[in-house]
Amino acid sequence: MGQTPNLNEFMRISRRILAGLATASLAVSVTSCGGGSDTSGSFDDTVTVGILHSLSGTMAISESTLVDTEKMAIAEINAAGGVTVGGKSYKIDYIVEDGASDWPTFAEKSKKLIDQDGVPVVFGGWTSASRKAMLPVYESKDAFLYYPIQYEAQECSNNIFYTGASPNQQSEPATDFMYKRSPAAGKPFFLVGSDYVFPRTSNTITKEQLKSLGGKVVGEDYLPLGNTEVAPIISKIKKALAPSGGGVIINTLNGDQNVAFFKQIQDAGITPSNGYYVMNYSIAEEEISTIGPEFLEGHYGAWNYMMSIDTPESKKFAADFKALYGSDRVVADPQESAYNMVYLWKQAVEDAGTFENSAVREALVGQTFDAPQGPVEVMPNHHLAQTVRIGLIKPEGGFEILEETDGVVFPQAWNQFEPSSKGYACDWTDPSKGERYKL
Amino acid sequence: MLLDSLFNGVAIGSVLLVAALGLAIVFGLMGVINLAHGELMMLGAYTTYVTQLIFKLPLLKPYYNSYVIVSIFFAFIVSGVVGILLEKTVIRKLYGSPLETLLATWGVSLILQQFVRSVPLAYGTGLVISLIIGLFLPSVFSLKIKESINFKYVKFSSWIFAALAGVLSGNLISSSVSKLSRASARNVDVTAPAWMRGQVEILGTAFPKTRLMIIIITLISVIAITLFLNQSAWGMRIRAVTQNREMSDCLGISTEKVDVLTFGIGSGLAGVAGVAVSLLGSVGPNVGGNYIVGCFMVVVLGGVGNLLGTIFASFGIGIMTDLIGAGRLLTIWPDMPLPLSNTINFFATTSMARVMIFALIVIFLQFKPTGLFPQKGRMVES
Repeated sequence: MGQTPNLNEFMRISRRILAGLATASLAVSVTSCGGGSDTSGSFDDTVTVGILHSLSGTMAISESTLVDTEKMAIAEINAAGGVTVGGKSYKIDYIVEDGASDWPTFAEKSKKLIDQDGVPVVFGGWTSASRKAMLPVYESKDAFLYYPIQYEAQECSNNIFYTGASPNQQSEPATDFMYKRSPAAGKPFFLVGSDYVFPRTSNTITKEQLKSLGGKVVGEDYLPLGNTEVAPIISKIKKALAPSGGGVIINTLNGDQNVAFFKQIQDAGITPSNGYYVMNYSIAEEEISTIGPEFLEGHYGAWNYMMSIDTPESKKFAADFKALYGSDRVVADPQESAYNMVYLWKQAVEDAGTFENSAVREALVGQTFDAPQGPVEVMPNHHLAQTVRIGLIKPEGGFEILEETDGVVFPQAWNQFEPSSKGYACDWTDPSKGERYKL
Repeated sequence: MLLDSLFNGVAIGSVLLVAALGLAIVFGLMGVINLAHGELMMLGAYTTYVTQLIFKLPLLKPYYNSYVIVSIFFAFIVSGVVGILLEKTVIRKLYGSPLETLLATWGVSLILQQFVRSVPLAYGTGLVISLIIGLFLPSVFSLKIKESINFKYVKFSSWIFAALAGVLSGNLISSSVSKLSRASARNVDVTAPAWMRGQVEILGTAFPKTRLMIIIITLISVIAITLFLNQSAWGMRIRAVTQNREMSDCLGISTEKVDVLTFGIGSGLAGVAGVAVSLLGSVGPNVGGNYIVGCFMVVVLGGVGNLLGTIFASFGIGIMTDLIGAGRLLTIWPDMPLPLSNTINFFATTSMARVMIFALIVIFLQFKPTGLFPQKGRMVES
């Protein structure tokens, strides 16, 4: 009754909308393939690489900074004469695809980049979920993904190259610092994180590590993603840590949840002046300015790169980025990682003398690069040996670097504190070892 | 300890309550499934942010400490006006077809989210100002002019005036507050004035001031809306229309006006809730989406069409969240048998507490499908 014409009308309209959408998306994809290619005469040829990050949705804020940095690295390489392979100079061109903060989309766009565009390499991803979604695509097509974010490890793919920190390059030195040398040394720990794979894995490692150090974990809590009600967590922290007059809080919360957390713990008197110190694994310069340094002052962070590193390389990196994108922009660890991986790929391709995957993979291991953070080296487990730094958050934002490791820390793809992976390692240069072998 | 626990429960509950209050009216009384409710909250939260920045201007700097209070009124008006526009353009055509309403309001929520991402807040504010003027200016003219044939010209010219005022104020704000002149998808931060930060000590227990402020905001909203619904003439008309629309229509109540008013008030309350949540966390395009499920949960659990139920449901959920999530039962009864204490420990994390509470609500609704306080009486629609 009266429903049918409505339905027909609806179908008619929706068909028209669909047609419109199709045209619009076609237009978008045409423009997005532009990539800014001007064929200047100084190059013999071009090579097109893929960049795959979220440009829309919740992750866009973070991931778009990586796109900016990768574009900057590519522009620098092109300005310096491009990539030289087999005596021919190649200009690097790029196709930017939008993963839309949606994990299956990452896999789908990966397929598109590899099959349709035939790119030799994809720089992409941020969340572990997006990496896990992309992994099977790269393995089945034997393509190569460069992934720039610090993560929980416990993974070692022949087709992924990880330039972010593994837990033993971030959380382990941080835990060691907090337990032994921070103002709350020897005090109990409380672990807070968002409810997904990185915080849970990271906290398992921290718990095992503290057990071996003789420390104590008095509580652990996870906030479901998207939930910002931290009142129960705060009362648990107070209950657990107040008897010992404060303690250490290890924070692996994600994004906005940090804002709610820090605003409310300050109101509840959980502050450095009262003996509570928070060590953060996902708060970099960018996040400090968003959350507000007045809430974070006196707490800690651990990273490989910090903008306050006082070396010419670091200063140049920050200055170049600001010159390109505006003086109010900051650079942080994930961006440095993204910057490094583009250069490491270029070096590996030049050494291999071809864009062909298996040759590049072989040439990649052992590559060194004078990164903004200092020298880094690609290890046989496709992770990066890099320096670890502990920073104190300053009242005006940014970190004051308190200590840094003596030279690079070698990455462990399989964590040595986590019982299930203890005694295992990964080595892709030796066919008899591979993804996971017993030490 | 008990006081602390009760306070925490009330604090969590009052956030839920202030967020759900508007929905209790829109969904509870009018039966409109408004998925854009969270985005109306978001507009309220952004209003707080804009107000904060405007109060940092030299002219208003001396009054900075009171900006939160002022923004409550602004947020009510902004969200209310957007709500009225939403009712007049979208929802009015869809009364009685819940599925279409659901889809349409979901679409509106996406539009609003994208709007704050891609339009500079200064011009957004200008647009809202012109909406307010355009909608309300014609009604200040006397009834006599309204009845004359030229009223449509009055209406037309007031919209032109409104557009001009909007453009002017948008440009003025954008030139004086540089933070508002660029569109940005990143979350922004509302910082409570100094007098609202830190904690106060009552009976030996320290309470965060922002939480107390939210409880006060909630309390005032509840009292105001109850008084309005039960004591004023328009409140009576609203209750009449929700109980029997056709009969009210026959008795000369303009149901159209009642609908606009009810929806506007419900939306305005969402704006007030936006002020409250902006004090707790950051303000971003997705802030409302985090609360919408909780809001519907509270209204359904309380019993659709009943404010008292909504109040009980939100405090009930708040206290349960704290009891389960913070593992309080263990502190109240420390030497309970091991299997029981293990179970309680298992659920004593925030994410497991949420699972547990949803499960309890589902079980409860099996036995009382109409909620805690079901609406009684004859209703034409049902």
